[in-house]
Amino acid sequence: MTAEIRTSDGELLSVKLKKVERRRRTTAFLLAAPLLFFIVFAYVIPIFQMLGRSIDNAEMNSFLTETHEVMQTWDGSEMPGEDVTSTFYYELKTAVENKYHGKIATRLNYEKGGFTSLIKKTSRKLKNFDENANFLDQFIDVHKKWGDIEYWQALKRGTDAYHFRKYLTTFDYEQRFDGSIERIPEKLRINVTLWLRTIFVAVGVTFCCFILAYPISHLLSVLPTRYSNLLMICVLLPFWTSLLVRTSSWMVLLQKQGVLNDTLVSLGFVADESRLELMYNMTGTFIAMTQILLPFMVLPLYSVMKTISPSLMRAATSMGATPFHAFRKIYFPLTYAGISAGSILVFVLAIGYYITPALVGGAKGILISNRIAYHMQQSLDWSLATAMATVLLIAVLVVYWLYNKIVGIDNMRLG
Amino acid sequence: MALPKYTEMRYRVWHYSYLVICTAVFVFLIAPLFVIIPLSFNAEQYIHFSDGMLALQPEAFSLRWYEDMIYGTKNPWGIAARNSVYYAFFSTIGATVLGTVAALGLSSRYMPYKQLIMSVLISPMIIPLIISGSAIFFSLAKLGLAATFPGIVIAHIILGTPFVVITVTATLSGFDDSITRAASSLGSTPTNTFFKITLPLITPGIISGALFAFVTSFDEIVVILFVAGGDRNLTTIPLQMWTGLREQLSPTIMAVATCLIVLSTLILIVTELLRRRSERIRGISAQ
Repeated sequence: MTAEIRTSDGELLSVKLKKVERRRRTTAFLLAAPLLFFIVFAYVIPIFQMLGRSIDNAEMNSFLTETHEVMQTWDGSEMPGEDVTSTFYYELKTAVENKYHGKIATRLNYEKGGFTSLIKKTSRKLKNFDENANFLDQFIDVHKKWGDIEYWQALKRGTDAYHFRKYLTTFDYEQRFDGSIERIPEKLRINVTLWLRTIFVAVGVTFCCFILAYPISHLLSVLPTRYSNLLMICVLLPFWTSLLVRTSSWMVLLQKQGVLNDTLVSLGFVADESRLELMYNMTGTFIAMTQILLPFMVLPLYSVMKTISPSLMRAATSMGATPFHAFRKIYFPLTYAGISAGSILVFVLAIGYYITPALVGGAKGILISNRIAYHMQQSLDWSLATAMATVLLIAVLVVYWLYNKIVGIDNMRLG
Repeated sequence: MALPKYTEMRYRVWHYSYLVICTAVFVFLIAPLFVIIPLSFNAEQYIHFSDGMLALQPEAFSLRWYEDMIYGTKNPWGIAARNSVYYAFFSTIGATVLGTVAALGLSSRYMPYKQLIMSVLISPMIIPLIISGSAIFFSLAKLGLAATFPGIVIAHIILGTPFVVITVTATLSGFDDSITRAASSLGSTPTNTFFKITLPLITPGIISGALFAFVTSFDEIVVILFVAGGDRNLTTIPLQMWTGLREQLSPTIMAVATCLIVLSTLILIVTELLRRRSERIRGISAQ
């Protein structure tokens, strides 16, 4: 037993120290708490709620609850019985009375094309139905599509409270009504192309940024402060300039009648009738994104290179290494931290790029973000949009986690 | 960067080609910005260098696109500029206060779950804007705040805080704790120590974080596309530019872009002065 050390007010020192430490922990946490709660409630939870839309079909399920329940006993191999059709009739009638049949039509149309007109026409004719006669026959009389069993199968599937089919669509697969999973017809495949293109552009832009940033970061780190501060303007001015300004300057440069083509024509490198197609394709997206993201690579590289003592290289060469060998064995390994920080930052930003591809990329240069925006704002297929967003988010979070492992979030520096 | 006299020929060649490569990269970085400026003074309606401009004839240049920017009825640049400044001003205040206070907690040695909390606080900067934009839109719509002034400010505060947290934590990481301990030992209360000692020392970091938050809000385009919901009275400069660029590249946009380049030059000068000041008073960098 060690002697019990007490503080002046008679408390055990170990207890007192623990108390003080606990108080300090609480103070520190309370300081961070307002922002933490703000971000969690205004940002993190909304993101999860939104991503939940990719599997959530509760609204549709609530519209046609009873139909859905009755259909659980129907195996889908032959036309549904009267129990199903009558329940569906009464629920659709309620829907028409409360004017939400339009929503049902839209949702079911995602399951199978042609449902919009089918539900609309059926809704109009619903008042002519004889509630004592055979419902299925009357449905088929209204529209012959009701005689096609696939529409009933789609109805069963479309009223599930949860579904994971949008994740299949994200990768150009679909689930047939018999449960088998197959690729969609070749003409309709677009998402896989976009994913591959997004990854290609993100990796390519990261690599190009690295190749371009390495020499200038080195130059900036070895020049006397007076000159390096001046040259740093070339990096920082684009960094502080609005993204739209930089994008529009690339539009001015890369257009068919743009500055770059004009110059090439007047210098005689390119004939006037065969001006280069630099915009509205991948080339445009690639060039513009590289220039826009370059400062994010230069700044971390520069801050790491600045700390490398020049005497290390001198020592290596004095001991007989060629400058190339000394660079490869001494200098380059010392810059790994900067390379990883810059690469991950550029990659994460590039993979979610939206504005520049939309303006410079045209149809051939858009990326996955543009497709998500399209489904969010134009096709209004929010389930698909959020399924794609979930996949993108997971990809980004994996990279973010790597960044945290390799560089450490505490070491992030800006400007 | 002069080479010693004894340098071999091949290293000489290598050295000069290295300098040429660096120059090319610097030109690639900065030249696109400078292409815009002369084009905004174009007298013609087309976005290209006319023969008159290349011959430096005075009549090929004009200020008509600046007039169009200010007095033109078709483009609400005035409303856009006012809105942009308002959103940026209020969201900067919000982001700076929340971010600075959080950074003070995060730099404490006693902070529990530091890594996890830091990751959550930085996430708005990392998560693709398209995801942030739609998520923030859905949650604001639920509260009835979509397409309103407070809604947009809240969205911009979310996007701005990571920058404040990062810059202020970076400043605090170089902070010498013995100064505050000295103050306490001389009888200063914790509040007094904070306002008299800590705050003045980390001010350059706070201002630099505030600038980041300001620029983030001022340039923000993706989230506002969702949150403003096409309301013309809520439009901002980036939103107006985006609409314009989708239709046609007009010389008026070049004029606006030139004004924004001037603005970013001013910001650059301020950050540079801040950096020098903080280096002078503390011997460490604010960034």
